[in-house]
Amino acid sequence: MESLTFRHTTKKPLPGAKPQAITGVVASGNLEVLLERVLPPDACEVAIETPITGYGPVWEAVVADFVARAEPGGIRISINDGGARPDTVSLRLLQGARLMEG
Amino acid sequence: MADWRGDRQARDARLDAGRAHLAGRGKVVAAQAAVDLLEAVLRPGDRVCLEGDNQKQADCLARALSACDPGRVHDLHMVQSGIVLPEHLDVFETGIARRLDYSYSGPQGARIARMLYGGQIQLGAVHTYLELFARYFMDLTPNVALIAGVCADRDGNLYTGPNTEDTPTVVEATHFKNGVVIAQVNEIVDRVPRVDIPGDRIDFVVAADKPFYVEPLFTRDPGAMTETQILIAMMAIKGIYAEYGIRRLNHGIGFGTAAIELLLPTYGERLGLKGKIATHWALNPHPTLIPAIESGWVEQIHCFGSEVGMDRYIRARPDIFFTGSDGSLRSNRAFCQTAGLYACDMFIGATLQIDLMGHSSTVTQSRVAGFGGAPNMGSDPHGRRHPSDPWMKAGREGQVVGDPALMRGRKLVVQLVETFGDKLVPTFVERLDALELARKIGLELAPVMIYADDVTHIVTEEGIANLLLCRDADEREQAIRGVAGYTEVGRGRDRAKVEALRARGVIRRPEDLGIEPLDADRSLLAARSIKDLVHWSGGLYEPPARFRNW
Repeated sequence: MESLTFRHTTKKPLPGAKPQAITGVVASGNLEVLLERVLPPDACEVAIETPITGYGPVWEAVVADFVARAEPGGIRISINDGGARPDTVSLRLLQGARLMEG
Repeated sequence: MADWRGDRQARDARLDAGRAHLAGRGKVVAAQAAVDLLEAVLRPGDRVCLEGDNQKQADCLARALSACDPGRVHDLHMVQSGIVLPEHLDVFETGIARRLDYSYSGPQGARIARMLYGGQIQLGAVHTYLELFARYFMDLTPNVALIAGVCADRDGNLYTGPNTEDTPTVVEATHFKNGVVIAQVNEIVDRVPRVDIPGDRIDFVVAADKPFYVEPLFTRDPGAMTETQILIAMMAIKGIYAEYGIRRLNHGIGFGTAAIELLLPTYGERLGLKGKIATHWALNPHPTLIPAIESGWVEQIHCFGSEVGMDRYIRARPDIFFTGSDGSLRSNRAFCQTAGLYACDMFIGATLQIDLMGHSSTVTQSRVAGFGGAPNMGSDPHGRRHPSDPWMKAGREGQVVGDPALMRGRKLVVQLVETFGDKLVPTFVERLDALELARKIGLELAPVMIYADDVTHIVTEEGIANLLLCRDADEREQAIRGVAGYTEVGRGRDRAKVEALRARGVIRRPEDLGIEPLDADRSLLAARSIKDLVHWSGGLYEPPARFRNW
């Protein structure tokens, strides 16, 4: 088990007013993402619990790209990973951000 | 004085020797006598085509050949498209066979790699289908062909069944050049449903002990499709099919293209593309195409072979498929490959490895899968002389210099891949494993499936790279890195150059195409299970047992 946390500053808050959203499932090759609108509007934090160790740099890159694409200011994200591939993580994060905007 | 009839006399002598094993009337030989028949007809060093197609397998004759006495039958040169059954390689372990020229070895890919490294097989070349068929008529004409059909009469008139596949081509080359043709059939009948091969081209008919084996190679369970595959399929439909107006096409056999098939009646319909794309196909009868056919998307399909469980459905849809007077499918691999090469505007399929220039290969260091037909359909045919809108548009995009009045079109060759394959193995690599394999076993030509200069687009979950718009090798490399995701190759990109390519539309992301990530959901699939496909077909599709999970 490995725990990783990444903090980013964003230029703007994520649109919408939805307080929280959850997407995905903790299953093999998948992941569960919880999003909560609890941080200052220019902050984003992503906390990851993953059973597979040694992929810190890949997580860091996936999260940084997601923050640049979605500008999720104000959102704390908790990821419960089931060994998902980076593309699945990336898609799930984008889906989570869209749910919060909706 | 020259002897112009030596080969003919040798054939007659083989036939005489074989006739000792006939079971009474006509050309019929019992299954138990198959080994004796082969030992009588074959000569050391013969070129032999043991029909191993993509799907249909002459398995009874394969077992008989591997049971021959290596003291009598040895050093054969096998010339066959598919290395599929264990017996296809067993004969190389016993010395019955020595040399091999083939096309495809999917299920035996790992063992063939070991035997090549071990020197048990002298490899001629790994061919594309059309290339091997062409050589049947030039320098690889078989002395003996061992083929498979559903049934025959006592005179040898043969009904191949829906899986006609390679049979007409193999028989044509062998029979008309002094060769001997032996067919295994499931059943001897008084009258065949239709004559696929006239009896005078068949010398012996072996009544097989059990029906020939057919591999269900083209069935993809919608239940196993992932959201990433759905996202990639959406990008392909919106960014390529719609953009170029692709009506005539071939699909590979992967999950990505199967996802496209299942999105046509849903996502494609929503985009208003019905009738504008994907109407004419060179394709096996993919079960995942049933919803699109039933929704009126498809005008016609010509097939290389058939697919297990699709026979009743095909019989009920003669306006869509090529069928005989008996009602069953007539497939033909050589003709369908030719259609895929010359009459399709796009080939789209998957691969295992892509390098920085866009060369691709399905060969890895532990598996030699071969090519099958992908390089035929996945190549730009320089002999094409008829225009079409997609072909001309691609030609314009790719042309940088020269007189526009002399411009020719381009076929679209699209590689549809996820950036990581099974077990997080990266699809994008600095150097293809095929090069290392070629070095180790001393191949003059590295087994590259599709050369970079034929590839026009690469689609991954990260986006579409349009290689036609790249103007030099550096742009091309960055365009490929720019869709290579979180692989080493992808993370090694020059971010500024990739953004510049994106600004020019060389790279397009899902958001650039207006694709909503929440839509990349399994609910967008027209069928979510094999059972759904059965419902779509009105109960006509009969999936094989291994796909029945309800």
